[in-house]
Amino acid sequence: MDKRAYLEAQAKEIRKETLRCIGSLGVGHVGGSLSIADVLAVLYFDKMHIDPKQPNLPERDRFVLSKGHGGPAVYATLAIKGYFDRSLLSTLNQSNTDLPSHTDKNKTIGVDMTTGSLGQGFSAAVGMATALQIDKAENKVYAIIGDGESQEGQIWEAAMFAGSRGLDTLIAFTDFNKFQIDGAVSDINDIAPLDKKWEAFRWHVQVIDGHDVMAISDAIDVAKNTKGMPSMIILNTVKGKGAFFAEGQAGSHNMPVSMEMANEAIERLGK
Amino acid sequence: MKLHDRQLRDIYVDLLIEAAKKHPNLVIVEADLMKAAKTTGFAEVFPERTVNVGVAEANMIGVAAGLSNMGKLPFTHTFTPFATRRVYDQVMLSVAYAQLNVKMVGSDPGIMATLNGGTHMSLEDVGIMRNIPTMTIFEPVDGVQLAGMFDQIIEHYGPVYIRLLRQEFPSIFEEGTQFTLGKASKIKDGSDVSIFATGIMVHEALQAREILAKEGISASVVNIHTVKPIDKEAILEEAKKTRAIVTAENHNIINGLGSAVAEVLVEHDPVVMERVGTKDHFGEVGKKEFLMEKFGLLASDIVIAARRAVERKR
Repeated sequence: MDKRAYLEAQAKEIRKETLRCIGSLGVGHVGGSLSIADVLAVLYFDKMHIDPKQPNLPERDRFVLSKGHGGPAVYATLAIKGYFDRSLLSTLNQSNTDLPSHTDKNKTIGVDMTTGSLGQGFSAAVGMATALQIDKAENKVYAIIGDGESQEGQIWEAAMFAGSRGLDTLIAFTDFNKFQIDGAVSDINDIAPLDKKWEAFRWHVQVIDGHDVMAISDAIDVAKNTKGMPSMIILNTVKGKGAFFAEGQAGSHNMPVSMEMANEAIERLGK
Repeated sequence: MKLHDRQLRDIYVDLLIEAAKKHPNLVIVEADLMKAAKTTGFAEVFPERTVNVGVAEANMIGVAAGLSNMGKLPFTHTFTPFATRRVYDQVMLSVAYAQLNVKMVGSDPGIMATLNGGTHMSLEDVGIMRNIPTMTIFEPVDGVQLAGMFDQIIEHYGPVYIRLLRQEFPSIFEEGTQFTLGKASKIKDGSDVSIFATGIMVHEALQAREILAKEGISASVVNIHTVKPIDKEAILEEAKKTRAIVTAENHNIINGLGSAVAEVLVEHDPVVMERVGTKDHFGEVGKKEFLMEKFGLLASDIVIAARRAVERKR
C-alpha cells in the first residue's frame, strides 16, 4: 500500500471509530471531531515520534488539542494506535470514564495536555515548546486550534510570544472548518484574513487542503525544516467531514447522533 | 543570606537564585514586572531560564503550565490582582485542574498597592485562590519566614499562591525559626482572646496585644501564614483556651482569613469571633497609613474587636 492509501485508510478508520464513540453516547461534538481526522492520521501514523507502549517517553513529540471538544477523534486515534483498547471508546462521557468530552491528560493515556477552555491549550503548547527550546531538544510540540477558538484573545497572546521568541519547536494547525456554535465564523466575528494575521505575528504560514493527507504530510516536512520561527498550517476543512448527516452543517458542532445514524455513516464511508 | 532589614523582593530573588542552583528545572515566567519584583537579578544569573511574555498575564499562566507539563518548575509573578482575578480560569484549569506544578507570586497584596490605587488593589485575591481545589496560599510576614518556607514550597508538588510584600518590613521572627507549610506560627501566648493575623496585620496584632495588656486583657497572637490549607488544630486549640477569636487580614473580611477561621469554628467549636479587615469595599489610591486607617486595619481596630469579643463571651 502506498503512503497516501495507508494514511487515507487510517483517517477513514479514525472517522469510523469517532462515529461509534459518539454514537454510543447518542450526542457529541461530531463536526469538529471529523474535520481533524486527516491531520490526526498524518500526525499519529506518519510524523510524530511516539510509542504507545511508552506513552511517557520523555523525548517523544507532544500533541495538544487546544480545541479540546474534538476529544472523540483523539480517543479514536489513540485506540487505533494501540494506546488502549477500542472497547473503551464506548465509555465516552459515561460515569467514571477515562474519556471525557474534552481531552484530559490525567484521565486518558496518550493525552499530553488538559484542554477545554478555549485558547488555554494553545498557550500551554507554547509553554511546552518553550521548554523544548530552552533544552535545545530535537522533538516538537504539535497543536491544533479551532477557527472559532481563534477569536479568543489568549490565542493571540500566545501567538505573539511564540513569534517573538522564534519558537521553531512548535508546529500548529488551525482546523478552519468555517463554522462555530452560533453559525458561520465569517458572520459572527470574521477571523479573515487568517494567513495574513499569522504572518503578521511572525509565523511561517501554509494554507492547504486539510483533507489531503499528502498535502498535510508535505506541509509538516516544510514546517520541520523551517528554522527560527513557529509554523502555522491552516487546514481548509469541512465540518463533519465524512458523515452524511453532519458534513458542512453549521449545526454539527454538538448534535444528537444515534447508533443508527453512526452505523449508516460508517457504512457509507466504505471499506 | 541576610534576612533582616531588607526588602522582601530582594530576599525573594536571592532565594530564587539559590534554589535555581539546586534545581536545574527552575524557571521564572514574568509579565513585564521584572523590574518591580527585581527578578532582573535572576535573569542576570540565569538568562536562559527567564521567560518574559510581556503584558499578557493569561499567556504567562498558560506558558507556565506548559513548562511544568515538560518537567520545569516555573515561578510566575505579577501584581496580586493580575495574578488572580485576571487569570482565574487559566489558574483553575491549565494549572490546578491539569494537576501541574506552578508557583504563582502576587506582589503588593491588598492595600499595599497604595499609590497604584483601586484598580491594582486586590482585596479578594485570597478568596479567589481559596476556591480552587489543591491550591496552597502562603503569605509571608518577613524575610525569615519567606526563606524558612521556600524549600517546602519547592518540595510541595502542586499550585502555590505566594502573596508577597515587596517592601521592607521590620522582622517578626528570629533567624532560624522553623516553619511548616500549613501549620500556624504562634508568636505570643495569651488567655483572654486569640488574634489570628496574616501578612502586614501581624505587626498591628502585636501592637494591639500590648495595648490590650495595659487594660488587663491577655491576648495570643498567632500568625496564619498558610491560609489554605488552614491549620484547624491551631485554631481549635486557641478557641478551647480563650473562647474569643479575632482575625486580622489585609483583605476583605469575606472569603479570606476571617472566613476560613470562621468555617473551622462554626463546624467544630462555635466560640465568639470578630473579623478585622476591609468591610466589602473596593480599594482606592493612597498611602499605606491613610489606607490602614480608612479601611480599619490599625492596631486600634484590632483592640476594639478584641474588647468586643471579650465582652461578648461574658
